[in-house]
Amino acid sequence: MIKIQDVHKSFADLKVLKGIDLDVKKGEVVSVIGGSGSGKSTLLYCINGIEKIQQGRILVDEIDVHAKGTNRDKLRQRLGMVFQQWNSFPHLTVLENAMLAPRIVKKMNKKRAMEIAKEELNHVGLGDKFDEYPTRMSGGQQQRLAIARALAMKPDYMLFDEVTSALDPELVGEVLDTLRMLRDDGMTMICVTHEMAFAREVSDKVAFFHEGIIEEMGPPEQVISNPQKETTQKFLSKVLH
Amino acid sequence: MGMSFFTPLSWNDSGFILTGVLNTVYISVVAVLIGTILGLAMGFLRAEANRFTNTLLGGVLDILRSVPLIIQLILFSTYIGAMGHPLNPFVAGSIILSLYTMAFMSEVFRGGFESVPQSMIIAGRSLGMSYWQTVVYIRLPIGMRAVFPSWLGVALSVIKDSALVSVIGYMELLRTSEQLISRTQQPLKILIGVGIFYFIISYPLSLYGKYVERKMAI
Repeated sequence: MIKIQDVHKSFADLKVLKGIDLDVKKGEVVSVIGGSGSGKSTLLYCINGIEKIQQGRILVDEIDVHAKGTNRDKLRQRLGMVFQQWNSFPHLTVLENAMLAPRIVKKMNKKRAMEIAKEELNHVGLGDKFDEYPTRMSGGQQQRLAIARALAMKPDYMLFDEVTSALDPELVGEVLDTLRMLRDDGMTMICVTHEMAFAREVSDKVAFFHEGIIEEMGPPEQVISNPQKETTQKFLSKVLH
Repeated sequence: MGMSFFTPLSWNDSGFILTGVLNTVYISVVAVLIGTILGLAMGFLRAEANRFTNTLLGGVLDILRSVPLIIQLILFSTYIGAMGHPLNPFVAGSIILSLYTMAFMSEVFRGGFESVPQSMIIAGRSLGMSYWQTVVYIRLPIGMRAVFPSWLGVALSVIKDSALVSVIGYMELLRTSEQLISRTQQPLKILIGVGIFYFIISYPLSLYGKYVERKMAI
């Protein structure tokens, strides 16, 4: 379980998060929506400890992410993350991309790492691309590679940061399908997304971010289909046509 | 009777010329190797260091790059000699040529390290990699590929610059040829020959560079 308690985060004078409280239970899918600059992505970076926080705390399975003694490298093995930009490692083949972290972080032997990498690549539909270099693939394929690469670490949680925003429209579907598949597998996920239809369909809970706070949170039928707050209504009227 | 004070170039000189060729190759390999290793470390430091350290390192490297190599060679070997620790020309030449190479390589590698986008490093960290693992497995291989052509350019110019080590008495190709010229008085023939030798040493390297570049362009 991920517990986010009263988290404040600022970049110099700019307050990005102003007291965020959010619980994500095992197996839950939580979508985070909101305008740009509302702090959604920053929250993900704080959850896996890439960004520091100034106040509050974040517990991942009762481990305080930002506490002094916490081994964040180790903690990140449990928190897979996929970004807006897929960030494939261009010098490695698809298979090697997915094998790298299991090999060097988990010190797995080559055979075992290859098995796991192949399994995850098959899972996201890249079974015929093992020896391809990622730069020769489409954005959608590279994004699925990024997902497989994260899954190869066998994380307990997956954090998705606007993973379809940089994709050509015709490639969005294949990546969302992959996320749906993960939800069906029972993966615990936090998805920062602009895909409202997707958020409504897959989420157990939707959090609407506005100026660094969670303005409205609840099941998608409420937050997306029948928002109570005026700011939520305004935001949705802009993104849903 | 065509008796002359000078003896013309003959096949007997080939061993002497070969020594010069090998010595040029030898000192070039040493300088490129040491210069690359030191340049890599220095380039990494510069890519990572704060502004203060950077200005300091930058200043030292600027001196090495701006003072003509020939002056550095003479200054160093004379100074070391005057201090009572004369070094043989190969050692003195290797030290200066390596440092000179380092100064140029450090800029090349710094550019390489900085060319790797921060987002790619964060992607590595998010997979559980440590800082050093991202350096070794991500920044190094990706950055070095990007700057390979520039690296090769520096290496090739170091091979040619190694001719200057002749001024402190190292018997490399140019100095061998100068001695042959003073004996044979056939400067044109010999210098053309020397030019061809430099070409033979450098050209395969630049061909190899093009080949690697093509291979990496995926």
